[in-house]
Amino acid sequence: MKRVPFHGPGLDLSALTVMTGAQGVAHAIRQIDPDVFPVYPITPQTPIIQAVSQFVADGLCHTHVLDIESEHSAMSAAVGAALAGARTMTATASQGLALMVEVIYLAASMRAPIVVAVGNRTLSGPINIHGDHSDAMLARDSGAVQLFAENAEEAYHFTIIATRLAEDHHVLLPVMVGLDGFTITHSAEPVELLPDTQVEAFVGPYAYPSPLLAGEAGTYGPFAMPDSYFELKRQEIRAVEGVLDIFDHVSEEFSYLTGRRYSAVQAYRLDDAEAALVMMGSHAGTAKEVVDAMRLRGFRVGLLQIRLYRPFPRAEVRQWLARVSKVAVMDKASSPGTLPPLFLDVAASVAHSQELVSVIYGLGGRDVPAVGLQTVFEGLYSDRLRQGVPHYLVGREMEQEED
Amino acid sequence: MANIKDMALRAQAEPRFGPGHSLCRGCGIPSIVRTVLSSIPGRVAVMNATSCLEVATTRYPFTAWQVPWIHVAFENAAAVASGVEVAYHALAKKGVLSEPITLVVFAGDGGTYDIGLQALSGALERGHRFIYVCYDNEAYMNTGIQRSSATPFGASTTTSPGGRVAIGKPEPRKNITEIVAAHRIPYVAQAALSHWQDLSEKVQKAYHADGPAFLNVLSACPPGWGHEPRDAVSVVQLAVESGYWPLLEVIEGHWRLTYRPSEPVPVVKWLSLQGRFRHLFQNEQEEAIEKIQAIINEEWRRMVIRDRNDAPWFTTEEAHRWDAVSGLPDSWEPRLGEPMWESFRTSPDASVSKNG
Ligand SMILES: Cc1ncc(C[n+]2csc(CCOP(=O)(O)OP(=O)(O)O)c2C)c(N)n1
Ligand code: SF4
Ligand SMILES: [Mg+2]
Repeated sequence: MKRVPFHGPGLDLSALTVMTGAQGVAHAIRQIDPDVFPVYPITPQTPIIQAVSQFVADGLCHTHVLDIESEHSAMSAAVGAALAGARTMTATASQGLALMVEVIYLAASMRAPIVVAVGNRTLSGPINIHGDHSDAMLARDSGAVQLFAENAEEAYHFTIIATRLAEDHHVLLPVMVGLDGFTITHSAEPVELLPDTQVEAFVGPYAYPSPLLAGEAGTYGPFAMPDSYFELKRQEIRAVEGVLDIFDHVSEEFSYLTGRRYSAVQAYRLDDAEAALVMMGSHAGTAKEVVDAMRLRGFRVGLLQIRLYRPFPRAEVRQWLARVSKVAVMDKASSPGTLPPLFLDVAASVAHSQELVSVIYGLGGRDVPAVGLQTVFEGLYSDRLRQGVPHYLVGREMEQEED
Repeated sequence: MANIKDMALRAQAEPRFGPGHSLCRGCGIPSIVRTVLSSIPGRVAVMNATSCLEVATTRYPFTAWQVPWIHVAFENAAAVASGVEVAYHALAKKGVLSEPITLVVFAGDGGTYDIGLQALSGALERGHRFIYVCYDNEAYMNTGIQRSSATPFGASTTTSPGGRVAIGKPEPRKNITEIVAAHRIPYVAQAALSHWQDLSEKVQKAYHADGPAFLNVLSACPPGWGHEPRDAVSVVQLAVESGYWPLLEVIEGHWRLTYRPSEPVPVVKWLSLQGRFRHLFQNEQEEAIEKIQAIINEEWRRMVIRDRNDAPWFTTEEAHRWDAVSGLPDSWEPRLGEPMWESFRTSPDASVSKNG
């Protein structure tokens, strides 16, 4: 089986343009044409907000770009604007996301459907502008939905899907679209843009139920004591869980436009696999190459790629991994003192959690060569890798702390 | 000029706030909120920072608010208002909203002077059109009377307690009104709970300001200041009469006093009514009391110079544009949806030079 990275058969090459993930997201925003875009610059998100600002300057979209004085304020203004009745998006990364987190929890609780493009970048310190998923993990428990794109075109598509998803009246939650810093935000790849009219029709008009400015009165964001907080939080949790189904419907409808049907998890050559990696983000692309190469050498290996990280598709993960005995969960984030976040999510989903191996890779933008992922597979086959402690993939080597 | 009957009628015809809140007896906040809201004609939407006001008025599933009201967090009321304002413009442009709406922010001194200062400064610089009302009770009351940068020199709070060797808060208060005025917004004022008519007139000017307007209103807090609930108004009145809290306004960069005590009351009178200053009397801290008086004298002196320097401007036609707006005509110009204030913003220099 040969993997076709960006497109299926019957592709119209004339429609393909080469652009970075950041540009892809910016085009999605231009086509969605949100009313308000409160933003604050941070690498590697800057090319998104610069491109959107240029689109506005050229009259290509009508968005009010609100250049605000911090990410905390950007998210606060976004909540105000979204609840006031205006379609609102924003973009950030790393320290900016960290600053937003307090308000992301509130956005989720106040049911503000804000799409947030996140150019995933590590958190300081030490300060470092390169990609990993530690920023996204800060918002892991916030009630925001999280998608992770594999490449520029997915980042473009997910921004459009995220808008429909966020604004679904059963959802009404912030949706983060993760695109790995630099490997996606700044790498040019072929992207097939949909016609503007198709995107406009797909997302439809913004229709927030009972917006703040429409009514005579309404109390948004009240104070909840222990006698009501729990119930209100459970409503929010229910809405987040409901995203699993709704994502599927939105994704199906989106596939009519593109022919690409996104599922919450993508199993790649997993049917008969003995060993598998679980990954999300850009390096899932590298992993597919490695799987192909190793299969040619007779290894029955596969990949489980997580696209929807919150809510976590537990049932699908359990199903796909049930028959795979050697599994390494690949985290591009750490949780010092315990096993990393994606690992814990997978472990909580499968029956054979004791057999899972944890690997931390790519922290602070460290290169992840194909041979490195191959080393992980080889480690799985050799049964050398211990359970219960994280391993570190550094370049092509697997390392582990001494006992 | 607004009279209390007009305002009561307005509040009755269109109730906007209360009843049903759990603010303390003698708390200054509800009168400030009512005076502000009943001085604004047309539709109103309120943004509220986390504070006593927010917590005591919106305990789920109850609310004391009969207008659109939104609270997100402590430090971001001005940012939320910025988003709502921009959303309003977007919706008005699309024809979704046609009726003008006045946006009013209520935040405490903590949410304004301290943790919310950045969001406030950003919003003022960007020129969003809203009326920002800081109700100033000079400490973080909601969390149990901790000092803020609005707490005056010598006041005892739970985190700046007076003791055998401590005089209470060792630093003088921050002058937020000057800081806000430095943003060159069209209208800035300082008012007090005790002088409701002055406050109401200032709100009406703020309503007309073609851009951001800021009001710093001295409130009262019986548990935090240590006085009888029934003395709330007289304590605040003494703050004004002693010159501790000058009632003033800054119109397009020009300062003036809106009230001059006929004879300044020595500050000891104000201090002695409040438990938060009791230690200054018990521990024979004459020096501290003298210092408080000296701070007040100096601030007052600076204010009088400003008032004198800018007096000529208040006789000009430009200034009279603002006089015309007192009262509560129902024909006031639409609020949001107009172009942002331009003239003052592009030529603030005239006022600066006069201030020296
Ligand atoms: C980020 C953050 N820090 C601290 C708090 C706790 N907190 C809530 S209200 C408050 C004090 C509010 O003081 P102020 O703004 O003066 O209003 P007041 O309570 O006096 O009405 C504090 C410290 C919070 N809610 N959020
Ligand atoms: S603590 Fe003070 S500010 Fe808070 S409600 Fe009571 S009197 Fe009002
Ligand atoms: Mg206070």
